[in-house]
Amino acid sequence: MEKFTTNIQPPSGFSLGFKELWQYRELFYFFTWRDIKVKYKQTYLGILWALLQPLGMMLLFTYIFSRTWKIDTGTVAYPIFVLSGLILWNLFNSSVSHAGESMIQNANIIKKIYFPRLIIPYSSVLVALVDFAIAFIIFFVLCLYFKQPMDISAIIYFPSGIIVAVLAAGGLGTFLAALNVKYRDFRYAQPFLLQVLFFSSQAIYPLQAIQQSELKYLLAVNPMNAVIELFRVPLTGIPPDITIVAIGITSTLFLLIIGLFYFRKTEAYFADLA
Amino acid sequence: MKPAIEIQNLGKRYKLADAPPYLAIRDEIVSSVKNIFYSKKKQDNSFWALQDINLNIQSGERVGIIGRNGAGKSTLLKIISRITPPTTGNVIIRGRVGSLLEVGTGFHPELTGRENIYLNGSILGLKKMEINKHLDAIIDFSGVEKFIDMPLKNYSSGMQLRLAFSVAAHLEPEILLIDEVLAVGDVEFQKKCIGKMEEVSKNHGRTIVFVSHNMASLQNFCTKGVLLENGIIKEENDINTVIKSYLSNPLKQKLKFSERKDRIGNGQVKIVNVTLLNETGIRTGGSLKVEIEYTSLANDVEVSEFGISIWDNNEGKIISLSSTFKNQLQQISNSGKVICEIPYLPLVNGTYILNAFVSSLFGIEDYIERIFEFEVHENDIFGTGKIVNPEWGKIAVEHNWFIQNDTK
Repeated sequence: MEKFTTNIQPPSGFSLGFKELWQYRELFYFFTWRDIKVKYKQTYLGILWALLQPLGMMLLFTYIFSRTWKIDTGTVAYPIFVLSGLILWNLFNSSVSHAGESMIQNANIIKKIYFPRLIIPYSSVLVALVDFAIAFIIFFVLCLYFKQPMDISAIIYFPSGIIVAVLAAGGLGTFLAALNVKYRDFRYAQPFLLQVLFFSSQAIYPLQAIQQSELKYLLAVNPMNAVIELFRVPLTGIPPDITIVAIGITSTLFLLIIGLFYFRKTEAYFADLA
Repeated sequence: MKPAIEIQNLGKRYKLADAPPYLAIRDEIVSSVKNIFYSKKKQDNSFWALQDINLNIQSGERVGIIGRNGAGKSTLLKIISRITPPTTGNVIIRGRVGSLLEVGTGFHPELTGRENIYLNGSILGLKKMEINKHLDAIIDFSGVEKFIDMPLKNYSSGMQLRLAFSVAAHLEPEILLIDEVLAVGDVEFQKKCIGKMEEVSKNHGRTIVFVSHNMASLQNFCTKGVLLENGIIKEENDINTVIKSYLSNPLKQKLKFSERKDRIGNGQVKIVNVTLLNETGIRTGGSLKVEIEYTSLANDVEVSEFGISIWDNNEGKIISLSSTFKNQLQQISNSGKVICEIPYLPLVNGTYILNAFVSSLFGIEDYIERIFEFEVHENDIFGTGKIVNPEWGKIAVEHNWFIQNDTK
């Protein structure tokens, strides 16, 4: 009889454990499936929430910025401009905030059963991605309504923007998830951190509107600037600012690695802490 | 053949500082500032929950882990199931492990019974295909078919438990770890579950590690026993021998109260001593007086309740008494002594175990099991010279017999 052997030892050395993650891929699916089901069962409006939130924000910001402050968004109508930023921001925001709290919310499972813990924050990102898919469709519908021209390069720029957003959210989310388990007061700082990231991203204004290039490139450390920069290329027709994109991708990779390492390092003790 | 589980020099140390009052970044900052001013005198706030554990469990063996609360049973199971890592040593496991540390882990009230089977099954390590294969059997076994497509929140707790057990009973790992799960649920269903697990384990040579306080189910279910005491293996033998030595473990030569670590509760109030005030021996139908001495470690705790319970030698629960039942204790002070008097003790002759607890408004503060054993001597309570045989039952009560006259 062929048996697989497990050797349990005190934690030492380091492995990312992707092989194991792959073995548990079904659990990945079930956690994501559970969160989506529960989310839409618990609300009367169900799936509508995924639409109402970005649309409401779009109307609000359109009213404030295009009527009052008249931000110049070039050839793109402001509602489309701001919606393109908001749907990506929502993807990032809900991934990070749910992933950040996910370990604490699933503490009872963590204390009872072994499985690769990374599944929990990563599946929060997948849940957010499903919401994003719905919002993305609405975005297309509105583009038609506003007769927004869209370049064919969208098939490259849209996915690359989304991928960077997911990677950055996954990295920051796992980092915060581990931090939240270890330090229980950190969760109070989390909404503030996300607010800072929101207003420093170009979701509601174009980064190019900032004159000082030092400030502009400092803000580019926020990976959402690169994400939105990439995503808007097919709408504006203006090629992306390579420096912003490069800085953003670098900080995305940095977040991803830091998040993964910190999570893997503290993971072994989650059951003792949670 | 190599053993299914090989445990070598296993140890687990917990740092008490890491325990519940959760770490806060605030505290970390405060303590690092403090460390600048005070020389680092780190007191060793750690204790070994397990130490030098060496144990081989052969494939197909059913091992019961026995020990008092705090002996390290659950920690051992948590390490084997990889929930928490060991501090020293290692464990080699040959085969797929399924752990039942609590039934119904991951059940979600908003999902239907059927959906929860999939979720719970996959958390327990079943593949979707395997769940599909067993789905009908699981539903059938649980006896909740009618409600299977209703959200779990509409289930009674008994129904939820039955569903959870059914999923668990259909796990097919080579090594199954069970912690106390069979202690809940109704007796009929428990038997059904044990039967199912026994069937599988005998037919398929499944290895089982079972932690329980219930001597009867350990005896029924296990072949081998391991006795843990204060984190080390005290004895390893066939189950009946180990149970016997666990139960005869002379707790009368008391461990000092202060040395007892197997306490449950917040710990703000401590039981300092428990004494029997009966000067002559305790007899069936006689009185029993227990004095509990306690002290509070904090000023602001309000001691609200005392309790004692009496178990028989197999840890079958016989009597539980709380000071709130008759509400006779008013204005309890922070430290002191209270007495519980049972004027008429209905226990037949035999050895019994006394447990006691003290609670505050925040919940249980200190609960200690098996404080001591005491002997109840036989007594002619009916005045006829007839004594109730302990084999027939543990309780002797006043009663009367009449002939019913036929009044046609």
